[in-house]
Amino acid sequence: MNTLGWTRRALIAAATATMSFGGPALADGHQVLDSIHFVIPGGAGGGWDGTARGTGEALTESGLVGSASYENMSGGGGGVAIAYMIENAESLDDTIMVNSTPIVIRSLTGVFPQSFRDLTLVAGTIGDYAAIVVPTSSEVGSMEDLLAAYQEQGADFAIGGGSVPGGMDHLVAAMVMQAAGEDPTAVNYIPYDAGGEAMAGLLSGEIDALSTGFSEAIALADQGEVRILGVSAPERVAAFDEAPTFMEQGIDTTFVNWRGFFAAPGLPEERLKQFQDAIAAMYDTEAWETVRARNGWVNIHNPGDDFRAFLEAQEQEIGDLMRTLGFL
Amino acid sequence: MLEGIMIGLTAAFSIQNLLMVIAGCLIGTFIGMLPGLGPMSIIAIMIPVAITLGDPTAALILLAGVYYGAIFGGSTSSILLNAPGVAGTVATSFDGYPMARKGQAGKALTIAAVASFAGGTIGAILLMIFAPALSSVALLFHSAEYFALMVVGLSAIAAFAGTGQVAKALMMTILGLILATVGEGALFNMPRFTMGLMDLQSGISFITLAMAMFALPEAMFLVLNPARGSNGQEGGSGKITGLRFSRQEAKAMAPVIGRQSVQGFFIGVLPGAGATIASFLGYAVERNIAKGEEQAEFGKGSVKGLAAPETANNAACTGSFVPLLTLGIPGSGTTAILLGALIALNVTPGPRLMTDTPEVFWAVIISMFIGNLVLLILNLPLIPYIAKILSIPRNYLIPFILFFTLMGAYIGQNNATELLILVGLGVMATIFRFADYPLAPLLIGFILGTMLEDNFARSMQLYRGLDFIIERPMTLALLVLALLLVLLPSYRARRARKRAEGVADGD
Repeated sequence: MNTLGWTRRALIAAATATMSFGGPALADGHQVLDSIHFVIPGGAGGGWDGTARGTGEALTESGLVGSASYENMSGGGGGVAIAYMIENAESLDDTIMVNSTPIVIRSLTGVFPQSFRDLTLVAGTIGDYAAIVVPTSSEVGSMEDLLAAYQEQGADFAIGGGSVPGGMDHLVAAMVMQAAGEDPTAVNYIPYDAGGEAMAGLLSGEIDALSTGFSEAIALADQGEVRILGVSAPERVAAFDEAPTFMEQGIDTTFVNWRGFFAAPGLPEERLKQFQDAIAAMYDTEAWETVRARNGWVNIHNPGDDFRAFLEAQEQEIGDLMRTLGFL
Repeated sequence: MLEGIMIGLTAAFSIQNLLMVIAGCLIGTFIGMLPGLGPMSIIAIMIPVAITLGDPTAALILLAGVYYGAIFGGSTSSILLNAPGVAGTVATSFDGYPMARKGQAGKALTIAAVASFAGGTIGAILLMIFAPALSSVALLFHSAEYFALMVVGLSAIAAFAGTGQVAKALMMTILGLILATVGEGALFNMPRFTMGLMDLQSGISFITLAMAMFALPEAMFLVLNPARGSNGQEGGSGKITGLRFSRQEAKAMAPVIGRQSVQGFFIGVLPGAGATIASFLGYAVERNIAKGEEQAEFGKGSVKGLAAPETANNAACTGSFVPLLTLGIPGSGTTAILLGALIALNVTPGPRLMTDTPEVFWAVIISMFIGNLVLLILNLPLIPYIAKILSIPRNYLIPFILFFTLMGAYIGQNNATELLILVGLGVMATIFRFADYPLAPLLIGFILGTMLEDNFARSMQLYRGLDFIIERPMTLALLVLALLLVLLPSYRARRARKRAEGVADGD
């Protein structure tokens, strides 16, 4: 019994040693923060929810943060959570809120009165490019074909998407058409309730092309359902390098739907640095790579001031387009 | 296909996967029974558990078990408490609850269990046969057809309405349609009727409205009308006897179950339609087919009226797996959550699922048979214990209902304003109940309203006008069917009146 005990102890010691030698250098208990509380402006199971929980999982698994907790706070298209962060700023030292491109769009359209300027910017962490796809059976093989078909059919050429008019999928379609020299207001954009519904519309032949997220497009292209005509990345994406960019087809436009984290206004400098350090260190961990690969996310790291510059540029671009389209 | 079935059998009968089926069904049944916690929230809660399993087959089996377990459990609360937590079991309460009030709760639960079992099993057989072929049918439906389908769904309300209730039912439907316009619609960039309140921006939540329409008025009614409450208690308390239904009743149910498993399954296949529409349409169709006395019995505790929606909603649940597994397109909120879980496990559902990972596809189908059997075995002996809920004294039951109603509205949203909306709507619903206005049409109008508007607006934009009605034959056919559904009851009523007059004249 005693011998067995010793053998077992030796085994455990050996296993522990192997683990700490084999593990990534940054993950060996280099804890930056005791705990993080995530505020999620939407319900369980959505994109924001997945981002916050995935990030929390990677941070705790890698030992960068001691523990993570989550709070879903839906309402007002994210406005309820933003108001909460601002009103309770003094007591939210360990809290960060997840958000994405819609915080820019919705503050422009006035869904909520605040904007990203009213919060402390922690970092943009991941992103997804946008894509325009057609069914595999379609005769349209490139953006050039699509533009030719559009010029010929006019408003009969319908482009669908999973967002409201003036929402992200519509803006991407309009942005691409504008960069290609067409009138963005003439695009017949057909809105659907969600990406899946829009995809069904495309496959049933109700719409001619679809504006959607690149990761969604890859999943369907892999199944042989759709052909990706263009992706809004500056250069081809390694995850699916068959897909040409808009840029290489002479359409000068890029777009990224980012996701990132915000903290309450007036957060102490020191604490902000801790949040940013934990996130920066997270990218090199195996735990993050597992989460990232599982979700098909693209790493787009934009800490602090870079994040502000990026958001201001995006706000400018989207704002101009929305004014052209008559939404503002 | 035979090869596929063999692969599925091997995978489904592994000890791990058998445990998953049983665990999923148990969890689903118990949580589904609590009013307000629908399959969507239960599955959402279970997703982290399923993902940590790491095995996509086991995960999908567990989640599918939770899904049909919740529909099973949801019918129990519909029958015993008149508090459906799941939209798909609203129609179950139409005849299930009256039966329970008549002291036949045991029988009602047995019928629900048997009908669900039959619907689920026949649905799984159909899924096995048709999944490969059906992938193309769902694609024939454009927005125009979906719009027409919603009109059919709404006109079925005329069929629900009892004598002298048609006008009231239509008024409540329109109120439901009005409530559905609150918030930022999917197709418009404008918040409508939010009165500047941020909490109304994304509209009224279905769960909140359902509980305000059904659970709260029930509790209020019992408080405000104690005589009726104690009456109900007499009916429900004591020993739940008569679990069995008679041979005659079985004979009456058999054709209903046969028809509704097929109809429910095919409605479930259509993306966006799902268990709710299947159960309402099933109820309406059976009510119209039934004759004379049997038809009058609908709404007062008819065996057929209970079997129809119970069969249809389970068959539709199974049917909704067709677009998910064959096209990778979620047909409902629940299958959308399942899709998310599958993608997280590196399985991409779609046409290639059957060839790339046949073990996932077939194991899930085989596990559906096992799951339905587990639920039947689980539910039949447990029915007397489940039905004991009714013998809980009302003064304990009422706070219990109120607690779970308020909890249900708060969980998932974590928004306290939701509670105020719930209470406000609940007070309104209680007033309607006292005035003898039917509440179900309001909820149907609300559920179908958004889809009706979205699909109509989309069709208008695509055809730049109303031309789609003429240009798309299937749309026209469905709209004609809707018209018939509205006219049929009034035609029948007129004929019955004429006949009665004739008799009177002859006298």
